[in-house]
Amino acid sequence: MIPYENLAMDLLKKAKSKGASAGDIVIVEGDSFDVQVRLKSVDKLTNAHEKRLGLRLFFGRRTAVCSTSDFSTESLDRLVEETCYLARCTAEDPHAGLPEPTPLNPPDLDLYDDSLRRWTMKDKIDLAVQAEAAAMGCDARITNSDGASLSHADRRVIYANTNDVVGSYPVGSVSFSVSPIATENGSMQRDYWYSAKRKVKELASPESVGRVAARRVLRRLGARKIATCEAPVIFDPETAAELLGSISACVSGYAVYKGASFLAGKLGRPAAASFVTILDNGTIPSALGSRPFDGEGVATRKTTVIKKGVLENYLLDSYSARKLELKSTGNAVRSIGDVPSVSHTNFYLVPGANTPEEIIRSVKRGLYVVELIGFGVNHVTGDYSRGAVGLWIENGELTHPVEEVTIAGNLKNILMDIEMIGNDLELRSTVASPTLKIARMTVAGN
Amino acid sequence: MAKEITKAEEFFLRKFDLDTVQLERTIGWALDRQIDYADLYFEYRTNEAVSLEEGMVKKAVKTIGQGVGVRAIAEEKTGYAYSDEITIKNLEEAARTARCITTDQTIGKSVPVRSGSAGGGARPDLYPMKTPVAEISVQEKIDLLNQIDILARRYDPRITKVMASFSSEHKVILIATSEGLIVGDIQPLSRLNVTCIAEENGNRQVGSYGGGGRVEYSFFLENRRFEEYTREAARQAVLNLSAVDAPAGTMDVVLGSGWPGILLHEAIGHGLEGDFNRKRTSAFTDLIGKPVASEICTVVDDGTIPGRRGSLNIDDEGTSTHRTVLIEKGILRGYLQDKLNAKLMGTAPTGNGRRESFMHIPMPRMTNTFMLAGESDPAEIIRSVKNGLYAVSFGGGQVDITSGKFVFSASEAYRIENGKVTAPVKGATLIGNGPDVLKRVTMVGNDLRLDAGVGTCGKDGQSVPVGVGLPTLKINDITVGGTQG
Repeated sequence: MIPYENLAMDLLKKAKSKGASAGDIVIVEGDSFDVQVRLKSVDKLTNAHEKRLGLRLFFGRRTAVCSTSDFSTESLDRLVEETCYLARCTAEDPHAGLPEPTPLNPPDLDLYDDSLRRWTMKDKIDLAVQAEAAAMGCDARITNSDGASLSHADRRVIYANTNDVVGSYPVGSVSFSVSPIATENGSMQRDYWYSAKRKVKELASPESVGRVAARRVLRRLGARKIATCEAPVIFDPETAAELLGSISACVSGYAVYKGASFLAGKLGRPAAASFVTILDNGTIPSALGSRPFDGEGVATRKTTVIKKGVLENYLLDSYSARKLELKSTGNAVRSIGDVPSVSHTNFYLVPGANTPEEIIRSVKRGLYVVELIGFGVNHVTGDYSRGAVGLWIENGELTHPVEEVTIAGNLKNILMDIEMIGNDLELRSTVASPTLKIARMTVAGN
Repeated sequence: MAKEITKAEEFFLRKFDLDTVQLERTIGWALDRQIDYADLYFEYRTNEAVSLEEGMVKKAVKTIGQGVGVRAIAEEKTGYAYSDEITIKNLEEAARTARCITTDQTIGKSVPVRSGSAGGGARPDLYPMKTPVAEISVQEKIDLLNQIDILARRYDPRITKVMASFSSEHKVILIATSEGLIVGDIQPLSRLNVTCIAEENGNRQVGSYGGGGRVEYSFFLENRRFEEYTREAARQAVLNLSAVDAPAGTMDVVLGSGWPGILLHEAIGHGLEGDFNRKRTSAFTDLIGKPVASEICTVVDDGTIPGRRGSLNIDDEGTSTHRTVLIEKGILRGYLQDKLNAKLMGTAPTGNGRRESFMHIPMPRMTNTFMLAGESDPAEIIRSVKNGLYAVSFGGGQVDITSGKFVFSASEAYRIENGKVTAPVKGATLIGNGPDVLKRVTMVGNDLRLDAGVGTCGKDGQSVPVGVGLPTLKINDITVGGTQG
């Protein structure tokens, strides 16, 4: 065992000697690098090493969490004392506790790439500069830049609990993005594009990312408001992924047992159109949302959330599973200084048969949405109203860009009203979706 | 404040076994011939939170964070490195990394630093604490949450779920700069939040309220403030049970006083931050001296109001905070600046250089942003609207700095019909254009109110506490995004 695993076991032993009945520890240690360039020159460059330790203790059914970045013996001793004190203050919660002890046999999901270590600082800066140059060179109307950036982070995650479950894994990620600004007739538009991967060799080229960013910003020039109407709305894969992110939050065991989700109490019932299937899969090799085990040492897995329109599973950690009398789905996440909560791993909607072009062609008059802003999603009621930027569709063709409008509906109806699903799923982020066509939403403008 | 400075300085030097000479040497390491400016930012932060749900306080957490960030600036370039271990070895390494933005390999000389008061002259501490919140026992905070749970359930039998949390932060910072300044601050921050869910015949609605600031624990007990927060959250949840779907289309909108000031923060404030204007990426670029609002609008950013959530004695670069007039009688007067952007734009820092923590590079951020009171009676403002929306509280908002487009979601709103407030509506969103929206203001109320102290602003991945404020405001022809056309 490497030292941090020993340290974790020692601290748990100490806690038990002070009366704790159970507990667990998460340690995360890693390096991060971020460079932002703008107009070919470095704007900001950040380099760091960090480590944190989070301790959760149980005194029977009472629990508390403390965390620190100070690993000195004195500080860690105090951390144990304080966690014991806080845990004794909290209420008896009949559902509190560690997950069922299951030995950890973490699979190698290939989440770490050491080839980035061979890159020099200059290589990293150059890549960002190339992406920005590629975007700016595309068109004379691209007159300014909000910059390009490259980031990477390498971490080692260590978990241990008092049921002798111990495990660790290395994980890394690298991403870059570019944000060009285009001007026409005195009005400015900004857009961006990015590539994020666990493996350097899987990154898109700086040229292609720059070109896509340029295409995205140029198509927004000359955007205008439209009259308020009811119309079919097509979400492109990026905005469809945001829509799916709201669904992920609403199937979290915590939102469900608190009654804070419109999907609470709906297990086994139709929740979406009959051809919609949504999965969460934490075991896809090299994917951004994959991890061998979750924030409380439970192996991750593939969970069918919605199968052919029927709500089959919520995403659960051990606590929310006990509250709902279900079994953990290995979806515990742990911000080091907090009690576990639930989040997706790789959460996606299974692709359909239609190309995005076919979907656009199916719409006589409607909106193709490319960006959403604002926080107008109420998870409790499903009410949905967000600012949107998009392209107006007229007789199956994309026409002029649209801005300063909102699209509104209710998530319940939006899921039921999915009319077509694209064949263009790509796991670009931890939540992903193909193009989606919603039969009808309210578009508010003039 | 002089005493606080000494305390912060002593705290770090003693805790990490450093001395002033070592700080001077570290700044020297970060400097070379091409570096214009360097600084060190030390932070030691304790966060504590207890939260209640299902009638029990089942969560108690405490986090200790510490670290140092070293920054070097050469013209427009910023190099930054941080470490959570405050040792001489790490300081040296961070300083060398921070200056890798230049090609020069010479190491600068050590820079003498002296204790100072950030150049603003001595002024009283904006948040003196007789009893730090951390010294109040956890049990007392738990008792308060239990009391809130009972109060909320007693408010209305339709309240089925109550969530409440109390969180507090104690942050000590020390800043040493190549200008020769060493300055520190102790920044307390507390917040109490209540969320209620009301249910009736399968209809489920949520209401939230809370408040706080850089205040003592007794603040929440004075005038039974905790009870007011609870009542507001419960009232909003029950009210929304009878809310109808929001209208859609363009109409006159009246914003209530206080928290709706978030609209100023998003639609106007961000566009006036120095970095976006220096880079010419803001919709407000080049508009200084030009009309950007109707002449009854005056907007300020003021970091110097005692005890407010957005207030600071000094910003995170050691500059004293200010009251900055952004818009005066409709004319754009100024931007919010940190040191880097002020220098590049040939102006002075305004005390708005803020950062989330030692892990982050400072940038221009707002403190407390609000519009000054006007002359209209709020009742008269409502009476003047034939068909519109009265938005009293918002869930959140977002802006696209470059195009100027903003969006807000109302959490409590009503229809206005023939000069009277009528049915509550749910799910209303306001969307508009920042440089244009204040030009549509036709009436400003005489009832300026600052928010209760719950605002957190996100920019470029960094969150900082802020305050907002607004008198009752009438804006003509805003797009309301609802479902009822």
